Amino acid sequence: MAQSNNSIKKILTVAFALCIVCSIIVSTAAVALRSKQEFNQELDRKTNILNVAQLYESGMDVNETFESKITPRVVDLRTGEYSEEHDPSTYEGFQARRDPAASRTLSGEKDIAGLSRQENYSTVYLVGDPDDPEQIILPIRGQGLWGLMRGFLSVEGDGNTIVGITYYEHSETPGLGAEVNNPRWQAQWEGKEIFDEQGELAPAISLVKGGASGENEVDALSGATLTSKGVTNMLQFWLSPEGFGNYLAKFRSSVDPAEAQAADVELESEGA
Amino acid sequence: MSAANAKSVLTTPIFKNNPIALQILGICSALAVTTSMSVSLVMTMAVIFVTAFSNLFVSLIRNHIPSSIRIIVQMTIIASLVIVVDQILKAYAYEMSKQLSVFVGLIITNCIVMGRAEGFAMTNTPGMSFLDGIGNGLGYGFILMTVGFFRELLGAGSVFGFTVLQPVQDGGWYVPNGLLLLPPSAFFIIGLIIWVLRSVNPEQVEENEFKMKENTQPKEAV
Repeated sequence: MAQSNNSIKKILTVAFALCIVCSIIVSTAAVALRSKQEFNQELDRKTNILNVAQLYESGMDVNETFESKITPRVVDLRTGEYSEEHDPSTYEGFQARRDPAASRTLSGEKDIAGLSRQENYSTVYLVGDPDDPEQIILPIRGQGLWGLMRGFLSVEGDGNTIVGITYYEHSETPGLGAEVNNPRWQAQWEGKEIFDEQGELAPAISLVKGGASGENEVDALSGATLTSKGVTNMLQFWLSPEGFGNYLAKFRSSVDPAEAQAADVELESEGA
Repeated sequence: MSAANAKSVLTTPIFKNNPIALQILGICSALAVTTSMSVSLVMTMAVIFVTAFSNLFVSLIRNHIPSSIRIIVQMTIIASLVIVVDQILKAYAYEMSKQLSVFVGLIITNCIVMGRAEGFAMTNTPGMSFLDGIGNGLGYGFILMTVGFFRELLGAGSVFGFTVLQPVQDGGWYVPNGLLLLPPSAFFIIGLIIWVLRSVNPEQVEENEFKMKENTQPKEAV
């Protein structure tokens, strides 16, 4: 028996049959469960958006609330204007960052959040009236200690006051860096301000050790220096004119667009 | 082993011949997924499913597997089962699959699954192999749940996500031990479990592989 099992014909037959059977099983599972998985991912994303906007209550109908209260729009990060080029319901900025035609490379000094590539267009979520939103929800991402952290930051309609922050994907140490999702820590973000002086384009918000004071400071996570640094860096990046700075400037009445443009140029030359 | 009855096949791997505590297999995932009990439980169920069915399928076709490609045949079966488990978790327990992340995929490389397929299922009947798979999965799960219990209780003050010891950062009195949330703590706990198991069952203690040479110097080393 052992002899016949080891004939080349038998080996090929067994290998071939096994591959066919296994691939049928695997692909059936993948195809049959795909719609359910996509539904879950979508639901998870919407739950996070509602969460950061402080609209989420457990047991609510996430899809319905999302449809009725939130409008997604695609923003051109370079100009800060809304773009009609992409459909907000299907556009995925995170995928677009790999496409050379729809993204740009970030060079060393500018790349404080450790992204290496950044998409040109990003989806923002507006709560309430899209023309005069109550809240603007911005996707943010950047390197933490162990890997990429992705989350949302919600800002009030004035483009300056923070409503909340949440991370839906990270690999920080449980109990230390993973406390970014501790509700008690997240609660202290409410009412903090991104920019310090009126008219300033560089964000001032940062995490500080040992007791935050003032409107631009939030307590760092204890025992998680590098995660806290990552959070500060990604906020500094995404709220600067490299990220959503130009877009937010439109909402900040105190910023004169022309002045903002000038400051932007200045900032860029500093960066270079 | 061949004359083993169903009950002993199912129960010996839990205490007497535990895959982690005695055979020291599958340590890697035991370090990674035991920070909380609910994650450990899902991982345990995934491993029980994979070991049981990989044993069953390997055993079913054991008389047709050419010995020259038997390892890759076993791997293919195991890998397919793991992918199916991963897909099911993503569809029905999305939150959990996010927490387990790569470790579900890494069941493929878990030595316990491979070891049982090669060591037991290749020479036993499908029914016995299936039970052996469940038994070894339970043995793995027993260690995982015990480690998970201590790590979650002492590291985060909770059991299955329910707060037992109110931690300081939530206004309580308990100062969580951060070390227990990091992988090395699982080594300590597994070491202690092995110690307990071998004290209870002294026959598990292995013979020394070599004898220490006696000190040749008359006085202690200076």
